Amino acid sequence: MRAIVTNGARAAAAWWGDHAAAQLGLLAGTVLLFAVLGANTLENMERFGIRPGFEFLHRAANFEIGESLVAYTAGDTYGRALLVGLLNTVKVAVLGCVLATALGLALGIARLSGNLLLSGIVQVYVELIRSTPLLLQLFFWSATLHALPGPRQAFQPVAGVFLCNRGVFLPALRFDPLGWDIPQLAGFNFTGGATLTPEFAALLIGLAVNAAAGIAEIVRSGVQSVPAGQWEAARALGLPRRRILRLVVLPQALRVIVPLLTSSWLSLTKNSSLAVAIGFPDLVSVINTSANQTGQALETMAILAAAYLTLSLAVSVAMNAWNRRLARRGWP
Amino acid sequence: MRSSIKGLLFAGLLGAASLGLAVPAAAGPTLDAIKARGVIKVGVGTAPGFFSPDSNGRWQGFFVDIGRALAIAVFNDPEKVQFVSASPQQRLPALQSGEFDILLSAVTQTAVRSSKLGFHFGPVVFYDGQGLLVPKKLGVNKGSELNGATVCVQTGTTGELNIADFFRQNKATFKPVVIEETAEFRKAFTSGRCDVLTQDASDLAIARTQLPSPNDYVLLPERISKEPLAPAIRYGDDQWLEIVNWVVYATIQAEEFGITQANADEFLKSDNPSIRRFLGVDPVIGEAFKLDPKVFHTIVKTLGNYGEIFERHIGKATPVGFERGYNQPWTKGGLLYSPPFR
Repeated sequence: MRAIVTNGARAAAAWWGDHAAAQLGLLAGTVLLFAVLGANTLENMERFGIRPGFEFLHRAANFEIGESLVAYTAGDTYGRALLVGLLNTVKVAVLGCVLATALGLALGIARLSGNLLLSGIVQVYVELIRSTPLLLQLFFWSATLHALPGPRQAFQPVAGVFLCNRGVFLPALRFDPLGWDIPQLAGFNFTGGATLTPEFAALLIGLAVNAAAGIAEIVRSGVQSVPAGQWEAARALGLPRRRILRLVVLPQALRVIVPLLTSSWLSLTKNSSLAVAIGFPDLVSVINTSANQTGQALETMAILAAAYLTLSLAVSVAMNAWNRRLARRGWP
Repeated sequence: MRSSIKGLLFAGLLGAASLGLAVPAAAGPTLDAIKARGVIKVGVGTAPGFFSPDSNGRWQGFFVDIGRALAIAVFNDPEKVQFVSASPQQRLPALQSGEFDILLSAVTQTAVRSSKLGFHFGPVVFYDGQGLLVPKKLGVNKGSELNGATVCVQTGTTGELNIADFFRQNKATFKPVVIEETAEFRKAFTSGRCDVLTQDASDLAIARTQLPSPNDYVLLPERISKEPLAPAIRYGDDQWLEIVNWVVYATIQAEEFGITQANADEFLKSDNPSIRRFLGVDPVIGEAFKLDPKVFHTIVKTLGNYGEIFERHIGKATPVGFERGYNQPWTKGGLLYSPPFR
């Protein structure tokens, strides 16, 4: 009985610390502060004639969105418009993380290479990217892609692939009837095939190139964190360089790399919100328009925060689980 | 532990948002705040002719002069006004949260803005319509020939809805490229990313003069929407609204009377009782507004009447070069009509 009480008291002390009364007072004060602020917000919204709530999500959104993974036209609901924005954000974030990791890994290993020229080039790249603002880099990529010729003078590097200031047009696989859907110049633009818009391409390249600089440094520091003795010991066992890397060095380096990689991926996901500056219709862009048309600024901001929080926490949970496995087993 | 951090973050977000809204509630009615501060805060945009700082950093323009007229009305001093530039996306929330006392940034008066969004509008100061700017080499003569075109739209404007409505009505499709920042928005058009730039026709006319080679572009004749541009203020201060209303009407009425900057003093000797009331020789109107009786005389003498303000900043002699069009007194076939000053 006594043991339970002591355990209970210890558990309570872990929560409330030595000054339980002060803690409780602070908590009550904080709750009160937010209650007052919340009431004030509601009162002000009432005064401005804004009805709080998420009813607007079912209303028709009468604006068009430039690109979408799901069918959407002006007149569909705000809920669907936001879904389109969210999917666009997820699309650019996932592809950006994959590209940035591949590029960063390659650059990180190149940075460690014994070839001074290669290592120097990577260092210059890393310094250049890390020392300039991402927004500037996005403007640079956007301007570069816009500087391509118009649709009627489009480059055709390979038959069926067109490169112009309206984007990259690729042949797409068609199922009914089975065959290739080749882009055709019709009127103002190409139709048919698959399209990569300049805004999407600029954002993807900008985010990947930017994050890759950070990832390259993470990979370098991860590999360098493995003591030289490990290399020497493995070499003494007669292992070739590739097997040393795979069996001895990388498993230990990954313990350093993975937690840092997680934050790189999270930054990339959040940085994708700069899309609005170069005209890619990501979640922020659609939220901006929706807030502007409906006046539901608080609700749309809450949706925005919840969406990024969910994305980030999902990435964190997955990466932390992987990291725990890695710490135990030493190899993915 | 993690969930409690999440909860705190959410509460923090709500709290921060409510702090933003809490300010105007404490500030009380707008006019009191203006008088206590000693200066009117006016939200404007950036478009030479309408509103832009000159080489000395002093704001100039058609809408800027309306702001100065208000400063004369409240403080008897055209300089007691502070202009703050806001993007179309930020301007309405900023007005709502009390950052400005009035928005003179070419805002379109609409039903939803006047009801659900909580803004009152003063009299229309400029009758505009959304236009379509296209490169001449496209060979397009009217909007209905634009099926399949890519259109650059600025976010935060009524333009996003109008252009979608226009193409839906014509059973045509288009690809929007939505950009917030004005410079990037125009760059996307000049680089050929878009076939069409759409905005209020007045903005397009101004934008065209700033493009690298203005003569390569043509403003299509049709207007796809009605865009009455009017001063906007928050709900909650009737007296401030009426000052805004009648200051705008005064510039219109002065033009109708034929009172100009040059002859304003001569009109003080007029026998016409309407003119005597208007200029404050008979102080009944100024007293009714609790303003200086000569306030409308000072406004016209300092800034001129509506026509003079128009011609000085955006008329035929300026680079913007607008026709008066609908923006003429009703007596000359336009839409400008002031209620009587009595």
